[in-house]
Amino acid sequence: MSVTAIAMQLFTGLSLGMLYVLLALGLSIIFGLLTVVNFSHGAMFMWGAYAGVATASFTGNFWLALVVSPLVTGAYGLFVERALVRPLYGRDLNYPLLLTFGLQYVMIEIVRIFWGTSDLAFSAPEVLNFPVGLFGIFYFPSYRLFVIGVTGLICLILWLFLEKTNLGLVIRAGTRDPLMVRALGIDMGKIWWFVFGMGSALAGIAGILAAPIRSVFPEMGLAMLVESFVVVVVGGMGSLKGAILSGIIMGEASALTTLFYPQMADIVIFLVMAVVLLIRPSGLFGKSGLLE
Amino acid sequence: MAFRKTVSKYPLSFIFLFFIVFPFIVPYKALATRIIIWGLFALGYNVCLGYTGMLSFGHAAFFGSGAYAAGLVLLRVSQNIWFGLLGGLLMGAVTAFILGYMSIKRRGIYFAMLTLAFAQLVYFIAFQWAGLTGGDNGLRNIPPLPVSLLGLTIHIESPLRFYFFVLVFVILSLFALNRILQSPFGHVLKAVRENDHRARSCGYETSNVRWLAFIISGAISGLAGALYALYLHFVGIESLYWTTSGQVVMMTLLGGMGSFIGPFIGAGVFLYLEDVLSTVTEHWMIFLGGIFILCVLFFPTGVWGTIQEIVSRKRTTVKQERDA
Repeated sequence: MSVTAIAMQLFTGLSLGMLYVLLALGLSIIFGLLTVVNFSHGAMFMWGAYAGVATASFTGNFWLALVVSPLVTGAYGLFVERALVRPLYGRDLNYPLLLTFGLQYVMIEIVRIFWGTSDLAFSAPEVLNFPVGLFGIFYFPSYRLFVIGVTGLICLILWLFLEKTNLGLVIRAGTRDPLMVRALGIDMGKIWWFVFGMGSALAGIAGILAAPIRSVFPEMGLAMLVESFVVVVVGGMGSLKGAILSGIIMGEASALTTLFYPQMADIVIFLVMAVVLLIRPSGLFGKSGLLE
Repeated sequence: MAFRKTVSKYPLSFIFLFFIVFPFIVPYKALATRIIIWGLFALGYNVCLGYTGMLSFGHAAFFGSGAYAAGLVLLRVSQNIWFGLLGGLLMGAVTAFILGYMSIKRRGIYFAMLTLAFAQLVYFIAFQWAGLTGGDNGLRNIPPLPVSLLGLTIHIESPLRFYFFVLVFVILSLFALNRILQSPFGHVLKAVRENDHRARSCGYETSNVRWLAFIISGAISGLAGALYALYLHFVGIESLYWTTSGQVVMMTLLGGMGSFIGPFIGAGVFLYLEDVLSTVTEHWMIFLGGIFILCVLFFPTGVWGTIQEIVSRKRTTVKQERDA
């Protein structure tokens, strides 16, 4: 096995990990604040991809698609929180989970009605479709580097937003003690609404970024949802730091196994999860006993 | 009045009587068989969700591995149908034992996500181990076999006969489960569901109790999977995919998780609607998904639970009027 192949695979793993990071961040931020496990997150990822592909094929502009996708899923997330999830607050935590589970089927069927069941072909824009020489030893597709860059940027913006703005401060406080925040005269309902939309928008970005790498089809979110659950559980539920670290680990684990032992490529992330949970039952950065 | 009293005194017997006429009131016999197989699966699932309060998203692993075990036994080991079914039952229990070991210590939504992830691991293992399972093609050509019982050989090829063959196992499972749930252990299960801490301070090792319930649930699901393999003469890889778990969750919730009959009603509603809607539109899932969402929002106790609430409300109003 040459060093070049390994280095190349490390970068591929990083770009795959970035998709996991975006999905896990969305799931985790919603879970941390609202204690809702969004089972339609995978379907939102899929909607993001379809919205992006539709925009790009309609206008021929990939950059516009990159903006439209998160806006569509974000707006949709706002609608879902207000219309469907909100009535379930105060009931058993399982109900929002079950509701969003049913919702994902409706979302998949809607896409099937408009686009059919077959794969959509979608390639990265010309500007990003060339090999880049890295360290003078191998060439890497520029689009994947772009994915890594964009995700890095989003993580940075998210961090600045949560740490440096007033709204971010309220969100962090709400994660710790929503009752106290409410007592200080802040409408937590609005914050929950906003955060659900934000998490959905992150799923949408992941969808359009994934579209040129993975194939676009109605069920693309089903497997991705389970994988991002694994990432969230390993990182520790509700922990954003954990989501980022564990996303990268899972991406690398998956990519390196593809290189060395391809039969295990789909299985390895579950094995990593089993090992991590045996050593640290609440995940890498999780607090134990959270919402059990 | 007298009728209602008899029903509430012997509910299982009435379920039994209903099942005997059931294949004659649905559009065709095979649908009735499918409904009671999935009903049995949902019944097993309900031991987990309804009676112990564990939301599992991993039951496809038990159903699917039971189906594969039955298929493999009948194809490679023995032509005796009993060994096939026994294989399915045991495989379901063993898979539940292992998955339970990995996830039973966690509760709530954590448990849901862990069971989901580990069941998906089982799916990928079966997918890759194509030499044993047939991989993407599934397990084909499971032979139609006669049943040998007490020296008699009974053929069960006709749809109606196969229905009653399945029904025997449904009834046996119902009685066995009823026995288990009425036993002291059954009460401990309910205690664990209602208040884990208190059950623990009463001296019960609650995670072991939940683990055992999980295994019982897995065994029944495995049996249902084995029957499904006999019914289809085929095991598809999608029986292990996590959407199968989702389907049984939907059925259980649609029917109502508080009772024996609820899961069967849920399976009936689900499969009947699928049957009817799929002749009208290929997008039938949008309706079932929609109905499920409405159910979660407005009828969290399911079809059966809602009927029971209406009946009991009516009864109390009648009583109030009489008292006044």
